Amino acid sequence: MCLAIPAKVLSIEPDDMAVVTVENVRKRISTALLDQVAVGDYLLIHVGYALHKLSEEEAAHTLSLMAEAGILQEELAEISGEPTCAT
Amino acid sequence: MTDRIDMTHGGGGRAMADLIRDVFHKHLGNEVLDRGDDAGLFAVQKGRMVMSTDGHVISPLFFPGGDIGSLSVHGTVNDLAMMGAKPLYLTAGFILEEGFPLADLERIVWSMAQAARAADVKVISGDTKVVERGKGDGVFITTTGVGAVPDGLDISVANVTAGQSIIVSGTMGDHGVAVLSKRENLEFETEICSDSAALHGLVADMVAAVPSIAMLRDPTRGGLSATLNEIATAAGVGMALDEAQIPVSPDVAAACELLGLDPLNTANEGKLIAICPRAEAQTLLAAMRAHPLGQRAVVIGETVADPAHLVQMETAFGGTRIVDWLSGEQLPRIC
Amino acid sequence: MRYISEFRDRTLADNLANRIAQEVQPDREYHFMEFCGGHTHAIFRYGVQDLMPQNVHFVHGPGCPVCVLPVRRLDDAVELAEKHDVILCTYGDMMRVPGTGRRSLIKAKADGADIRMVYSTLDALKIARDNSNKQVVFFAIGFETTTPPTAVAIKMAQAEELTNFTVFCNHVLTPAAIGHILDSPDFAPGGPGRIDGFLGPSHVSAVIGSQPYEAAAQKYQKPVVIAGFEPLDVMQSVLMLIRQANAGRAEVENQYTRVVTREGNRKAQDLVADVLELRDSFEWRGLGAVPDSALQISDNFAAYDAEKRFRVSQKQSREVKSCECPAVLRGVKKPTDCKLFGTVCTPDNPMGACMVSSEGACAAYWSYGRQRAPRDAA
Repeated sequence: MCLAIPAKVLSIEPDDMAVVTVENVRKRISTALLDQVAVGDYLLIHVGYALHKLSEEEAAHTLSLMAEAGILQEELAEISGEPTCAT
Repeated sequence: MTDRIDMTHGGGGRAMADLIRDVFHKHLGNEVLDRGDDAGLFAVQKGRMVMSTDGHVISPLFFPGGDIGSLSVHGTVNDLAMMGAKPLYLTAGFILEEGFPLADLERIVWSMAQAARAADVKVISGDTKVVERGKGDGVFITTTGVGAVPDGLDISVANVTAGQSIIVSGTMGDHGVAVLSKRENLEFETEICSDSAALHGLVADMVAAVPSIAMLRDPTRGGLSATLNEIATAAGVGMALDEAQIPVSPDVAAACELLGLDPLNTANEGKLIAICPRAEAQTLLAAMRAHPLGQRAVVIGETVADPAHLVQMETAFGGTRIVDWLSGEQLPRIC
Repeated sequence: MRYISEFRDRTLADNLANRIAQEVQPDREYHFMEFCGGHTHAIFRYGVQDLMPQNVHFVHGPGCPVCVLPVRRLDDAVELAEKHDVILCTYGDMMRVPGTGRRSLIKAKADGADIRMVYSTLDALKIARDNSNKQVVFFAIGFETTTPPTAVAIKMAQAEELTNFTVFCNHVLTPAAIGHILDSPDFAPGGPGRIDGFLGPSHVSAVIGSQPYEAAAQKYQKPVVIAGFEPLDVMQSVLMLIRQANAGRAEVENQYTRVVTREGNRKAQDLVADVLELRDSFEWRGLGAVPDSALQISDNFAAYDAEKRFRVSQKQSREVKSCECPAVLRGVKKPTDCKLFGTVCTPDNPMGACMVSSEGACAAYWSYGRQRAPRDAA
């Protein structure tokens, strides 16, 4: 839903704050909604707050599932002798 | 001299004369301005001329990559350049708010002078008024410029038809993001600088390489989307764009993601859109890329026949969508 | 951009499109409701529907907190700003939404009301600290994603003993809305509406987890796939919904595993439970009164409740007569079915919130897709 974006923790600050970065754009945000934030973590940022940590493992897994969808498609096409052109 | 503008600086008396001499003439001075006449006298060239005016009300006054002074020079020079003209002379009207720091004014005027010198234009007449505290935003500047259009050039939206190439000179959204980064309540840090620059040198190279350019326009307020829609409506054509070709710097893209903005709706102050015959597009690109201000020039689409005059775009994702005018000012969003 | 750009990849999009085309049953129509306005926006902005087979349809849901805010509450906010000499802080999304008499926050601001757009509740707190002689009211809207930041702000205000900071609370809840839609006669068998499954909200779920949807999936026998926010996420989620629909399953599946877990963010949930409590009922624009669907500030934090500190008049609120936002929000009409769409009602001249909010179905249709002939004639 609401606009939230993954950003990388650059530094931790006192009072539940942190500086995060997307590319080279830096923003100070609140980590009051999370426990244990570390430099290098990817956090989901919404209206100036980190809502959740992003799991890099799961992100990679999701991407591989998406890629698999294509591989299966090619395999099926090979078997049936159909062309594999995109939509 | 006091350190802030007060009402006497606009009163027409000694204080105003001192201000004009010590700040405006000191930095902007040239043989025309220094004569001290009520108007700037200049010889008129043969052929056609163009004239344009701009009011500058930007806030904040100082931003990464420029300030209201340099912006005002570049803005008017670019209006003239979009007609293919060589910019010649500018006038500058200042409306100053009571209480405005003189040091800031001097900084702005110095910056204007630098920009004018670099663009080879002279400020030949000016005006200063002071308004009461609360009735201005520090300083408003109005610049008017004249330029000469070389014979044989015909650059106008009237030349736009279906089947032409649409080119941009470089990355989109830099200026808007640079200015936003300085606004309160948004507070993000970035190295993004405004792209504010005078484009007439680039334009001169372009028309030399491809005299049959149909039209030029700089996508300022409202960004690329507003400008393309203006052109489409005025020319009675549609447009088909390829999103993957539109250059946006990674930092600008990131800042826009963070705030929920669209780089296509974000202002530029040192970029131009060119529309030219398809056959000439590669020649034009080569000329642009050879110039420092056009190194990232690229074809982003073409004009098409469309009774609805829509600007449509194939997204980088493979679908299609309309690129619409922005409604009102672009506001950061949470949703 | 890391973890953003990868999920917009063109090649993967083509892969998924082919996969979906392979797996749809050709003699079947699939209607999936994307609950979330953010998904509506993403679908249009990237043109995801162009990559779908003809028999897959998106039904746009009411997950746009700006769109479902009753006109009356917006009128109250405008009145707070105009008549109570407060500094009203608001997210940008609300600025141009028209209230009664087409009066909006941006118009009130032009007329002199002190209305300030903020990116975060942190900014509103700062304004309160910097303006101790004025009352500051934060206009809180949003689903469960946006609620924890409000709760944090109230706790911070309490910790700092701020006497000039209150919140006008309009937070709403997602699972209640989903249940309410499925309970409505529109979606009963034989009714005009048809939903075969839901694309569940991405970031609401990051906070509340995937667990709260299980009861609805079970009760109404509809599959729910929690879908990420990027266009590839939407496509993969559609594939997962198609598989469930084909197999006759009605489970909650999580596609957005990189951010959503079954329990969600416990700390955020606890904070919200501490500061806010359920309202008995709340009037949603378009859906009418929905029980247990919204939050108010609990008694322990009454000092930070704008509704307790200020009295707003109980004036009658009016919406524009022919505005079909209510039907659009319920998913039973398309924006193009509304008489006002594109004629009187455009983003420059919005008649209802669906056209102003960037998440609203009408705005999405207008800005991104008005060149299309409506594919999905009812």
